Amino acid sequence: MYDPTVARLTYRGLLGRRRALILGALPALLIVISAVVRALTGADDQVAHDVLGGFALATMVPIIGVIAGTGAIGPEIDDGSVVYLLAKPVKRPTIIITKLIVAIAVTMAFSALPTFIAGLILNGNGQQIAVAYTVAALVASIAYAALFLLFGTVSRHAVVFGLVYALVWEALFGSLVSGARTLSVQQWALAVAHKVSDSSLVTSDVALPTATVLLIVLTLAATWYAGRKLRTLTLAGEE
Amino acid sequence: MTTLTIDHVSRWFGNVVAVNDVTMTIGPGVTGLLGPNGAGKSTLINMMGGFLAPSTGSVTLDGRPVWRNEEIYRHIGIVPEREAMYDFLTGREFVVANAELHGLGAKAAQRALATVEMEYAQDRKISTYSKGMRQRVKMASALVHDPSLLLLDEPFNGMDPRQRMQLMELLRRMGAEGRTVLFSSHILEEVEQLASHIEVIVAGRHAASGDFRKIRRLMTDRPHRYLVRSSDDRALAAALIADPSTSGIEVDLAEGALRIQAVDFGRFTVLLPKVAREHGVRLLTVSPSDESLESVFSYLVAA
Repeated sequence: MYDPTVARLTYRGLLGRRRALILGALPALLIVISAVVRALTGADDQVAHDVLGGFALATMVPIIGVIAGTGAIGPEIDDGSVVYLLAKPVKRPTIIITKLIVAIAVTMAFSALPTFIAGLILNGNGQQIAVAYTVAALVASIAYAALFLLFGTVSRHAVVFGLVYALVWEALFGSLVSGARTLSVQQWALAVAHKVSDSSLVTSDVALPTATVLLIVLTLAATWYAGRKLRTLTLAGEE
Repeated sequence: MTTLTIDHVSRWFGNVVAVNDVTMTIGPGVTGLLGPNGAGKSTLINMMGGFLAPSTGSVTLDGRPVWRNEEIYRHIGIVPEREAMYDFLTGREFVVANAELHGLGAKAAQRALATVEMEYAQDRKISTYSKGMRQRVKMASALVHDPSLLLLDEPFNGMDPRQRMQLMELLRRMGAEGRTVLFSSHILEEVEQLASHIEVIVAGRHAASGDFRKIRRLMTDRPHRYLVRSSDDRALAAALIADPSTSGIEVDLAEGALRIQAVDFGRFTVLLPKVAREHGVRLLTVSPSDESLESVFSYLVAA
């Protein structure tokens, strides 16, 4: 179910191009913001919660997820080089699962790790806030990578759809319409984070069982459907 | 011995019929798939390679379906027309990756790189390669698992004459080894030089099939028109019309050229320079005026 060659090609495609710069920019920004905030306000749990919840989890993790998830397969489908993977006796689900694993790993590395470092800078993990948001980022990485990998498989405009979901649905609708929060990866991740960290500041609108089920269903369904789409992927001819 | 069978295959995109009820069998040796641009060659090759489902009909390789059958790629090597190919890798890394995806190792990759004579540039990034080098590395990636069927979509596009000759030589060798090699082209001369057997596709239909010489004769036996400019048009015209290979000559005063109709193409092309030399006439322009593929093909379809 995992092909090291597919993984290598995916990693190098993701981290070799301009993408790596974009992937690195947001975490760098988070850490700079955290250092500045810490210098200005000192260690403050509420501020740490605001920065990690408002910027790291709500903005940075989904954007990194969009870049890594769609980037793990979208460019290959767009430029046609995916033909070199497809013209091989390799099972399509193996290709998708391998790419998912890479997308998850890259999303985690570029989102959870900086989140933890930022948390330490902000308030030294007071009230377990750094750990809580790191867990949330890890959990969200899985679901975002699966969702955006699917977008990358089915659409040439995957990045746009991904950003619309992440920024319009989760951020905008999520803050205005409480019902939208139930269908939000961010809220599901927060539910898990709340349970793990036992932090009173980190809360979710979704109950843990619901969140867990929805996370698993989303990840599995998106991956299954992406594998199915890849199996009947039609490479448009030049004509 | 590998045989690719295309059985009553059609493919349409919305209301547009790209391939219309094509039936053909591709056996060992080199086969050229010839047709003008937009005739449906790529659509057909994509169906042969399992990247597109036929709307009706079936494509099978020795009886096994090609569509939705990953295992078939153990026997097929594909050289796509599109350029994109993991440009951030070196040629060697790319071919090694292709070998690994077949469950093979660096040794198979090295052999394939040697076959296409790309060892000298194997450690350079693909993004620095010329079109011909890319084409050869694509070939290496398709040959790495020693496939019995090789599909090439417009492999000579953008290659210089030397690269073209090298690739032709390689494909000839593959065919002589008993592999089934199919390549598409819209250029008559390429197909003529390489394939003994051709399949002609015009406007999505299977227009002709068989021995190249027969089809070429059909194509060449029609009258050919040439536009010729020389240092002495009238002297040249007088000398040419004396030969039976020429059926008519018009002196086009406005153009300052001769419009020549030749009935025996082969003989005329030998005759023209010979006659010009004998009469001390310098040839300034010799251009076929109806050699466009469309006219050749429409003649063929009508025949």
